[in-house]
Amino acid sequence: MSIKQQFKEGLITNNPVLVQRIGMCSTMAITTTLFNGIGMGLSVLIILTCCNVAISALRKAIPNDIRLAIFVVVIAGFVTIVDLLLQAFIPALSASLGVFIPLIVVNCIIIGRAEAFCQHEPVIPSFWDGIFQGFGYTVVLVAMCLIRELLGSGTFGTGVFEIVNGALSVSFDGSAAGIRIFPENFGATILIMPFGGFLTLACLLALMQYALRKSAEKKERAARAAKVEIPAPAGVKEAAE
Amino acid sequence: MGMNILTIALGAILMNNFIFSQFLGCCPFLGCSTKVDTAVGMGIAVTFVMGLASAICYAVNLLLVALGLDYMSTLAFILVIAVLVQFVEMFLKKSIPSLYTALGIYLPLITTNCAVLGVVLLNVQNDYNFIESVVYGVTGGLGFMLAIVLFATVRDRLQFADYPESFEGFPIALTTAGLLALAFMGFSGMSIV
Repeated sequence: MSIKQQFKEGLITNNPVLVQRIGMCSTMAITTTLFNGIGMGLSVLIILTCCNVAISALRKAIPNDIRLAIFVVVIAGFVTIVDLLLQAFIPALSASLGVFIPLIVVNCIIIGRAEAFCQHEPVIPSFWDGIFQGFGYTVVLVAMCLIRELLGSGTFGTGVFEIVNGALSVSFDGSAAGIRIFPENFGATILIMPFGGFLTLACLLALMQYALRKSAEKKERAARAAKVEIPAPAGVKEAAE
Repeated sequence: MGMNILTIALGAILMNNFIFSQFLGCCPFLGCSTKVDTAVGMGIAVTFVMGLASAICYAVNLLLVALGLDYMSTLAFILVIAVLVQFVEMFLKKSIPSLYTALGIYLPLITTNCAVLGVVLLNVQNDYNFIESVVYGVTGGLGFMLAIVLFATVRDRLQFADYPESFEGFPIALTTAGLLALAFMGFSGMSIV
């Protein structure tokens, strides 16, 4: 499988959240500000890539019967490393994501990719799989955050972007106030609440299903058009007449 | 003391329901809720594992703190849960084979249910003592069961509903879950003092 194909799979045709429908707990729970979304997405990307490489490298040494237990230990190891690093260097992110950082251990994306991909594939493709699947997850998280944050509280990029003295400033320590698009009391606060998580993800999934169906229909129509253009062999035509 | 336990219990079932307000355990919630029977079985199994895991991990956490190894807690907890689920599976297979077959693949999957690891981590984070931990674990499981059974009942009727074609399957299920979450938000103002 080429890198380009893997990129397309991770981002669209086999997107972990929108198509495989795994890892939805964190997708709905933490997507309230852009800061959370980017932080969570990148954490998962890093952990997924490390786990993919480690499991793929060990794939011939892991006995088949106890592979899940070994996967879980490898994943828990990397999650602990990332958790401690975040606590030390980006404490605001650690505080804001709370229990959802250690819960990456049981995020189905990581164990799912280990089971479906890395235990059969060599290290290099597994590495790219980790990067692209992680990227696909991050993109969905960021989209969820942007929608919920904008419609819910009327801001853009809380924790990441800020306008200081008329200039855009970008920081990643969680202190930025965000760019206000419309006054806070115009926002639908319900979107920041749990209900908004369920609803936004439902709409994104429905949009994805719509797009996939349209593209399948288009392909079918193109195939049918191509079939009509091919002239039928003379014998068949006569028989039909 | 008694009041505190009551607050924890009602909080875990209604005000801070694991599914509807904390998003813990959404995968089995969405995957295992097409039939009411399976939903009840899943709820019972999860409640059992959550209660037991809270009790055992409380002891494990004391041990880790005593040894100064509390940064390894996530790794230790997930191993305890994996072993526990394996034991429950073996026990059910031997003594209640009917429930074992009914739960099928979902039984080993309880290991990766984030509600189980979540409740253990929250117990540590909230500094609960032994009784509070167990109560939080069991009532959290009951809250999960309430959510999944309600959801399965609603989902039964969804096949008669008329919704846009693109919402077929997961999206309409998520919307339904969202509406249930909205209903559960009504409990969030409640407080017992």
